[in-house]
Amino acid sequence: MEPVGGFSLEYAPAPESVGPVRLASQYGLFIGGEMVEPAAGRMAATVNPATGEALAEVSVADVGDVERAVAAARAAWEGGWRDLPGAERAKYLYRVARLLQERAREFAVLETMDGGKPIRESRDLDIPLAAAHFFYYAGWADKLDYAFSGRGAAPLGVAAQVIPWNFPLLMAAWKLAPALACGNTAVIKPAPTTPLTALLLAEVLRDAGLPPGVVNIVTGDDATGAALVAHPGVDKVAFTGSTEVGRAIAAQVAGTGKRLTLELGGKAANIVFDDAALDQVTEGIVNGIYFNGGQVCCAGSRLLVQEAVADTVVGKLQRRMDTLRVGDPLDKNTDIGAINSQAQLDRITELVASGVAEGADLYTPECVLPASGFFHPPALFTNVSTAHRIAQEEIFGPVLSVLTFRTAEEAVAKANNTPYGLSAGIWTEKGSRILWMADRMQAGVVWANTFNRFDPASPFGGYRESGYGREGGRAGLLPYVELVV
Amino acid sequence: MSDLLAVETPPGSADAVGGVRITPVDAVGLEQRAASLCTRSIKTSSKAAALELAIQVMDLTTLEGADTPERVQALCARAGRPDATDWTVPPVAAVCVYPELVPVAAEALAESPVAVASVAGGFPAGLAPLEVRLAEIAWAVAAGADEVDIVLNRSAFLSGRYQKAYDEIAAAKQACGPAHLKVILETGELGSYDQIRRASMLAMVAGADFIKTSTGKIGTSATPPTALCMAEAIRDMSEQTGRAVGLKLAGGIRTAKQAWHYLVIVGETLGLGWLTPERFRLGASSLLNDVLMQRSKLRDGRYQRREDFSFD
Repeated sequence: MEPVGGFSLEYAPAPESVGPVRLASQYGLFIGGEMVEPAAGRMAATVNPATGEALAEVSVADVGDVERAVAAARAAWEGGWRDLPGAERAKYLYRVARLLQERAREFAVLETMDGGKPIRESRDLDIPLAAAHFFYYAGWADKLDYAFSGRGAAPLGVAAQVIPWNFPLLMAAWKLAPALACGNTAVIKPAPTTPLTALLLAEVLRDAGLPPGVVNIVTGDDATGAALVAHPGVDKVAFTGSTEVGRAIAAQVAGTGKRLTLELGGKAANIVFDDAALDQVTEGIVNGIYFNGGQVCCAGSRLLVQEAVADTVVGKLQRRMDTLRVGDPLDKNTDIGAINSQAQLDRITELVASGVAEGADLYTPECVLPASGFFHPPALFTNVSTAHRIAQEEIFGPVLSVLTFRTAEEAVAKANNTPYGLSAGIWTEKGSRILWMADRMQAGVVWANTFNRFDPASPFGGYRESGYGREGGRAGLLPYVELVV
Repeated sequence: MSDLLAVETPPGSADAVGGVRITPVDAVGLEQRAASLCTRSIKTSSKAAALELAIQVMDLTTLEGADTPERVQALCARAGRPDATDWTVPPVAAVCVYPELVPVAAEALAESPVAVASVAGGFPAGLAPLEVRLAEIAWAVAAGADEVDIVLNRSAFLSGRYQKAYDEIAAAKQACGPAHLKVILETGELGSYDQIRRASMLAMVAGADFIKTSTGKIGTSATPPTALCMAEAIRDMSEQTGRAVGLKLAGGIRTAKQAWHYLVIVGETLGLGWLTPERFRLGASSLLNDVLMQRSKLRDGRYQRREDFSFD
């Protein structure tokens, strides 16, 4: 039946204005409180993945630049930051948090331009949460002596922090806020494809009056990151990214006395029992895997559904997928934006092809993808076996694999049948079952009747190949302090 | 599990009614989804169509103790021609009145496509003796009502006497004869979304042609999450039995913007096929003027004064 009056649910293009963003044509490195040119003068373009067009030229730091940055961080630490009372350090962090809030719109638009994520997410999640992390750890700065029952907490020194491209500013906040609150100084390296919000953060740090050298931002490629991690003047390494790189870093850092935390890949199980609230489950699954186009280390990429409701859930899911909007990430109505880079898009495409080749059934809704830029439609695989590559490997894209189970024991076994252990989701109306399952999940984060919820007070981190160390909460202080009597 | 239900089919037990499974509702997730649907921006060209549609699915309502035949006649005149200065405005779906005024409305709308709807069955509490309620329904239909809006017996439902609540609706359906039956759940009194979903299923399986949110006589009426909850129940009913049941949202809907939000919620949940007067209604008394005002604004680019619209 056709609706009367020619009504259609066509939503107006509602693009967010890029007005607040002022892009420079070239960006230097933030070292010792100033923007400086890279010694070798090497630059690389950062691209808007929604259009494929270059946004700006960004410096590629080499070994010498990293040397300068580490030296600046060391000087700032020894020159006063480590001796500053916690309450004083807190003042700077509160200031940074407030400045982030004041310039939230600018940060959100820039994040979306540089990374391709929907403006709805950068505006409602990334930026507010980044500010919240600074607020949260500012609160800890003068209470460190009470954080670890009877033991004091001394800073480590210079932290080398390498962050990924999927939540650029948020990951910077996750790394910087606890490091600074605990009295360390930092050299942070943003991902090659998403350096711009970190460089905008440099402005905020300067406006907050943060002493020069307390935070240094070196943009660059993988070699830059490797040089930073390898630098002997670094006391602590924190890395978020792929398991492959994480493994190399662990090998490199071994025996050097540097402290290390790793937040790596994941292949989370999202487990649906037959008594769950199926319509909200559907939303939760969508949020679990299509949030940020699935480019989330804790994405719920393996859906485990109890057999009795499997057809119902898949039906509801397909129906919901038909209404997802893929397109211009700056449009407020967009649900799935651009994939971060051509390389990532190629990887997703390759893994989807392998799923089809291995015999799984692929469903994608009919949707028109923008002609330029890097886009992938939401995808759903049914008839998946645990041996398939799509059920084993981290895809890091909007691709969901559906498996079924009959008993809770079977769900536990299937969920844990992965080298990863970052997150899991449990959907049931039965409280006792949530606790029973959560006890048995080998995952650092377990969500019940929700997915992809983050809070600065809640620790986040993995088991096994998903890494070690926690970020967020009181546990997030530990990687940045030496406990003393 | 569906086989199990087919074996048991207890009409109106807690998890199933008449072989149809009742899915629980997660309040947090439901409210999040409803809120996010209310942030969609509609295209200007779609806006004009949305306003037109809002008029076509409207049950123009007056349910006051002070209602007079004259007032109902005036309402019927507006129903057929909502804007006296603009012939292109379509008629509304129905006029909704108390039973005593049904003959007046039926006469006034005799030549009109607008349907006559009557509340009946001990509206708004539904606590009159069953025979009296059924007699009232039959009386309203005999007097010319095309549609009858009754209330769910909350007293029975909330005390767990599902069979009684179910049987009463089934009896009301019989008493309706050819008229369409809308069952008001009075969601503001049900206490949880789980209960709203359960009541929705119970009413649908018992024979309701429409399920409706509210009487408009208590503080809490239609809300976006309530509408979404009921739309999801209707979707389940349709998927499990193939039967399409309508949704009527009523109470507190005063602005065109609220109407758009509800069109989006229903359109996204049930599909555009549900956005017809046969399957979707907005019950309201003061919504029409705001819709007309927005409509003339879209047309002329400026707002008219409130005084330019008739007030009942």
